[in-house]
Amino acid sequence: MEPDRHSELNALRPDLLRFARLQLRDAGAAEDAVQETLLAALAGGKNFEQRSAYKTWLISILRNKIIDIIRSQGREAPLSTLADNDEAEEAMIDALFETDGHWRAEMRPARWADPEASLEQQQFWRVFEACLDHLPEKTARVFMMREVLGLETEEICKETGISTSNCWVVLHRARLALRACLQQGWFAGAEA
Amino acid sequence: MLSCKQATELMSQEQDRRLGLTERIGLRLHVLICDACSNYRRQMAFLRQACRRFGSGGAP
Repeated sequence: MEPDRHSELNALRPDLLRFARLQLRDAGAAEDAVQETLLAALAGGKNFEQRSAYKTWLISILRNKIIDIIRSQGREAPLSTLADNDEAEEAMIDALFETDGHWRAEMRPARWADPEASLEQQQFWRVFEACLDHLPEKTARVFMMREVLGLETEEICKETGISTSNCWVVLHRARLALRACLQQGWFAGAEA
Repeated sequence: MLSCKQATELMSQEQDRRLGLTERIGLRLHVLICDACSNYRRQMAFLRQACRRFGSGGAP
Protein backbone atom coordinates (compact mmCIF):
# COMPACT_ATOMS: atom_id res chain seq x y z
CA MET A 1 0.00 0.00 0.00
CA GLU A 2 1.21 3.47 -0.86
CA PRO A 3 1.20 5.60 2.28
CA ASP A 4 -0.25 9.05 1.92
CA ARG A 5 2.84 11.16 1.27
CA HIS A 6 1.11 14.49 1.72
CA SER A 7 -0.19 13.71 5.17
CA GLU A 8 3.17 12.22 6.17
CA LEU A 9 4.90 15.41 5.05
CA ASN A 10 2.39 17.55 6.90
CA ALA A 11 2.95 15.59 10.06
CA LEU A 12 6.73 16.05 9.83
CA ARG A 13 6.62 19.68 8.76
CA PRO A 14 6.71 21.19 12.29
CA ASP A 15 9.84 19.17 13.10
CA LEU A 16 11.53 20.36 9.92
CA LEU A 17 10.57 23.95 10.55
CA ARG A 18 11.89 23.85 14.11
CA PHE A 19 15.14 22.34 12.85
CA ALA A 20 15.58 25.06 10.21
CA ARG A 21 14.59 27.91 12.53
CA LEU A 22 17.10 26.88 15.16
CA GLN A 23 19.89 27.09 12.64
CA LEU A 24 18.88 30.03 10.49
CA ARG A 25 17.32 32.16 13.26
CA ASP A 26 15.11 33.67 10.59
CA ALA A 27 11.51 32.52 10.23
CA GLY A 28 11.25 33.51 6.56
CA ALA A 29 14.48 31.77 5.54
CA ALA A 30 13.48 28.69 7.56
CA GLU A 31 10.11 28.60 5.82
CA ASP A 32 11.86 28.81 2.41
CA ALA A 33 14.22 25.99 3.29
CA VAL A 34 11.37 23.74 4.42
CA GLN A 35 9.23 24.60 1.40
CA GLU A 36 12.05 23.68 -0.97
CA THR A 37 12.67 20.50 0.98
CA LEU A 38 9.03 19.44 0.69
CA LEU A 39 9.02 20.15 -3.05
CA ALA A 40 12.21 18.14 -3.51
CA ALA A 41 10.77 15.32 -1.40
CA LEU A 42 7.56 15.14 -3.42
CA ALA A 43 9.52 15.20 -6.67
CA GLY A 44 11.93 12.59 -5.32
CA GLY A 45 9.03 10.27 -4.55
CA LYS A 46 10.98 7.75 -2.50
CA ASN A 47 9.18 5.15 -0.46
CA PHE A 48 10.02 4.44 3.15
CA GLU A 49 8.62 1.76 5.38
CA GLN A 50 9.04 3.81 8.52
CA ARG A 51 8.38 7.39 9.34
CA SER A 52 11.74 7.67 11.14
CA ALA A 53 13.61 6.70 7.95
CA TYR A 54 11.50 9.16 5.98
CA LYS A 55 12.31 11.91 8.47
CA THR A 56 16.04 11.12 8.25
CA TRP A 57 15.87 11.46 4.48
CA LEU A 58 13.96 14.76 4.68
CA ILE A 59 16.42 16.18 7.22
CA SER A 60 19.31 15.31 4.91
CA ILE A 61 17.65 17.31 2.12
CA LEU A 62 16.85 20.14 4.50
CA ARG A 63 20.43 20.23 5.78
CA ASN A 64 21.66 20.88 2.24
CA LYS A 65 19.04 23.59 1.71
CA ILE A 66 20.15 25.26 4.95
CA ILE A 67 23.79 25.16 3.83
CA ASP A 68 22.78 26.75 0.49
CA ILE A 69 20.94 29.53 2.32
CA ILE A 70 23.88 30.12 4.67
CA ARG A 71 26.18 30.42 1.64
CA SER A 72 23.99 32.96 -0.10
CA GLN A 73 23.45 34.90 3.14
CA GLY A 74 27.22 34.88 3.64
CA ARG A 75 27.61 36.84 0.44
CA GLU A 76 24.90 39.39 1.30
CA ALA A 77 25.23 39.82 5.05
CA PRO A 78 28.18 37.96 6.55
CA LEU A 79 27.83 36.74 10.12
CA SER A 80 30.99 38.63 11.01
CA THR A 81 28.91 41.83 10.87
CA LEU A 82 26.62 40.54 13.64
CA ALA A 83 27.34 42.03 17.04
CA ASP A 84 29.53 40.04 19.37
CA ASN A 85 28.15 39.23 22.74
CA ASP A 86 31.52 39.53 24.38
CA GLU A 87 30.48 41.03 27.68
CA ALA A 88 27.69 38.59 28.40
CA GLU A 89 29.83 35.65 27.33
CA GLU A 90 32.82 36.78 29.40
CA ALA A 91 30.48 37.04 32.38
CA MET A 92 29.30 33.49 31.71
CA ILE A 93 32.92 32.27 31.73
CA ASP A 94 33.72 34.25 34.89
CA ALA A 95 30.77 32.57 36.58
CA LEU A 96 32.35 29.17 35.86
CA PHE A 97 35.98 29.79 36.80
CA GLU A 98 37.91 31.39 39.67
CA THR A 99 40.33 34.14 38.67
CA ASP A 100 43.19 31.60 38.83
CA GLY A 101 41.44 29.48 36.19
CA HIS A 102 40.18 26.69 38.46
CA TRP A 103 36.54 25.63 38.30
CA ARG A 104 34.43 27.34 40.93
CA ALA A 105 33.56 24.66 43.48
CA GLU A 106 29.82 24.60 42.67
CA MET A 107 30.50 24.62 38.91
CA ARG A 108 32.90 21.67 38.73
CA PRO A 109 31.56 19.26 36.10
CA ALA A 110 30.23 16.12 37.79
CA ARG A 111 29.94 12.83 35.96
CA TRP A 112 26.77 12.47 33.90
CA ALA A 113 24.90 9.25 34.58
CA ASP A 114 24.40 7.25 31.38
CA PRO A 115 24.11 10.17 28.93
CA GLU A 116 23.55 7.82 25.96
CA ALA A 117 20.24 6.72 27.47
CA SER A 118 19.12 10.36 27.35
CA LEU A 119 19.40 10.34 23.57
CA GLU A 120 16.39 8.01 23.44
CA GLN A 121 14.18 10.32 25.47
CA GLN A 122 12.05 12.93 23.74
CA GLN A 123 12.15 15.19 26.76
CA PHE A 124 15.95 15.34 26.54
CA TRP A 125 15.72 16.66 22.99
CA ARG A 126 13.27 19.37 24.04
CA VAL A 127 15.85 20.54 26.60
CA PHE A 128 18.64 20.22 24.03
CA GLU A 129 16.77 22.40 21.52
CA ALA A 130 15.91 24.95 24.19
CA CYS A 131 19.60 25.14 25.15
CA LEU A 132 20.63 25.66 21.50
CA ASP A 133 17.96 28.31 21.13
CA HIS A 134 19.25 30.04 24.24
CA LEU A 135 22.73 30.65 22.75
CA PRO A 136 23.42 34.14 21.37
CA GLU A 137 22.70 34.27 17.63
CA LYS A 138 26.22 34.48 16.27
CA THR A 139 27.48 31.82 18.67
CA ALA A 140 24.58 29.53 17.88
CA ARG A 141 24.94 29.86 14.14
CA VAL A 142 28.67 29.17 14.11
CA PHE A 143 28.22 26.25 16.52
CA MET A 144 25.46 24.67 14.46
CA MET A 145 27.40 25.04 11.21
CA ARG A 146 30.19 23.12 12.89
CA GLU A 147 28.32 20.49 14.88
CA VAL A 148 24.89 20.06 13.34
CA LEU A 149 25.72 20.70 9.68
CA GLY A 150 29.21 19.21 10.08
CA LEU A 151 31.16 21.93 8.24
CA GLU A 152 34.91 22.24 8.81
CA THR A 153 36.21 25.33 10.60
CA GLU A 154 37.90 26.58 7.41
CA GLU A 155 34.64 26.55 5.52
CA ILE A 156 32.82 28.29 8.36
CA CYS A 157 35.46 31.07 8.26
CA LYS A 158 34.97 31.40 4.53
CA GLU A 159 31.17 31.58 4.74
CA THR A 160 31.02 33.90 7.73
CA GLY A 161 34.05 36.14 7.34
CA ILE A 162 35.16 35.25 10.90
CA SER A 163 38.85 34.52 11.50
CA THR A 164 39.92 30.99 12.45
CA SER A 165 41.02 31.95 15.94
CA ASN A 166 37.79 33.84 16.55
CA CYS A 167 35.90 30.82 15.32
CA TRP A 168 37.63 28.65 17.96
CA VAL A 169 36.74 31.16 20.66
CA VAL A 170 33.10 31.20 19.56
CA LEU A 171 32.90 27.40 19.43
CA HIS A 172 34.50 27.10 22.87
CA ARG A 173 31.99 29.51 24.39
CA ALA A 174 29.13 27.66 22.74
CA ARG A 175 30.29 24.34 24.18
CA LEU A 176 30.77 25.78 27.69
CA ALA A 177 27.32 27.33 27.59
CA LEU A 178 25.60 24.30 26.10
CA ARG A 179 27.19 21.94 28.61
CA ALA A 180 26.18 24.20 31.49
CA CYS A 181 22.64 24.45 30.15
CA LEU A 182 22.28 20.66 29.77
CA GLN A 183 23.73 20.21 33.25
CA GLN A 184 21.20 22.59 34.71
CA GLY A 185 18.22 21.66 32.58
CA TRP A 186 18.65 17.92 32.41
CA PHE A 187 21.52 16.10 34.09
CA ALA A 188 21.29 17.86 37.48
CA GLY A 189 17.87 16.30 37.91
CA ALA A 190 18.95 12.93 36.55
CA GLU A 191 21.84 12.37 38.97
CA ALA A 192 21.35 9.53 41.40
CA MET B 1 50.71 23.40 34.33
CA LEU B 2 47.44 24.19 32.56
CA SER B 3 44.58 25.73 34.50
CA CYS B 4 41.09 24.21 34.13
CA LYS B 5 40.05 27.22 32.10
CA GLN B 6 42.94 26.68 29.65
CA ALA B 7 42.24 22.95 29.60
CA THR B 8 38.62 23.55 28.56
CA GLU B 9 39.85 25.75 25.70
CA LEU B 10 42.06 22.92 24.46
CA MET B 11 39.27 20.37 24.95
CA SER B 12 37.13 22.49 22.67
CA GLN B 13 39.86 23.05 20.10
CA GLU B 14 40.75 19.37 19.92
CA GLN B 15 37.33 18.95 18.29
CA ASP B 16 38.23 21.45 15.58
CA ARG B 17 41.96 21.10 14.91
CA ARG B 18 44.86 18.78 15.63
CA LEU B 19 46.56 19.94 18.82
CA GLY B 20 50.33 20.34 18.90
CA LEU B 21 52.46 17.86 20.85
CA THR B 22 52.99 20.17 23.84
CA GLU B 23 49.27 20.90 23.99
CA ARG B 24 48.39 17.22 23.84
CA ILE B 25 50.83 16.31 26.61
CA GLY B 26 49.73 19.23 28.78
CA LEU B 27 46.09 18.30 28.36
CA ARG B 28 46.71 14.60 29.03
CA LEU B 29 48.53 15.42 32.29
CA HIS B 30 45.83 17.84 33.38
CA VAL B 31 42.99 15.43 32.73
CA LEU B 32 44.82 12.67 34.60
CA ILE B 33 44.78 14.62 37.83
CA CYS B 34 41.58 16.65 37.39
CA ASP B 35 38.27 14.77 37.71
CA ALA B 36 36.20 17.79 36.77
CA CYS B 37 38.05 18.28 33.47
CA SER B 38 38.03 14.56 32.81
CA ASN B 39 34.23 14.66 33.15
CA TYR B 40 34.14 17.75 30.98
CA ARG B 41 36.05 15.97 28.24
CA ARG B 42 33.61 13.06 28.18
CA GLN B 43 30.78 15.55 28.09
CA MET B 44 32.32 17.29 25.07
CA ALA B 45 32.39 13.95 23.25
CA PHE B 46 28.76 13.42 24.23
CA LEU B 47 27.81 16.90 22.95
CA ARG B 48 29.30 16.05 19.60
CA GLN B 49 27.45 12.74 19.52
CA ALA B 50 24.15 14.46 20.39
CA CYS B 51 24.65 17.18 17.76
CA ARG B 52 25.46 14.66 15.04
CA ARG B 53 22.39 12.68 15.94
CA PHE B 54 20.27 15.82 15.94
CA GLY B 55 21.72 16.86 12.56
CA SER B 56 20.95 13.54 10.95
CA GLY B 57 17.34 13.57 12.07
CA GLY B 58 17.88 10.73 14.52
CA ALA B 59 16.35 12.48 17.52
CA PRO B 60 13.11 10.76 18.55
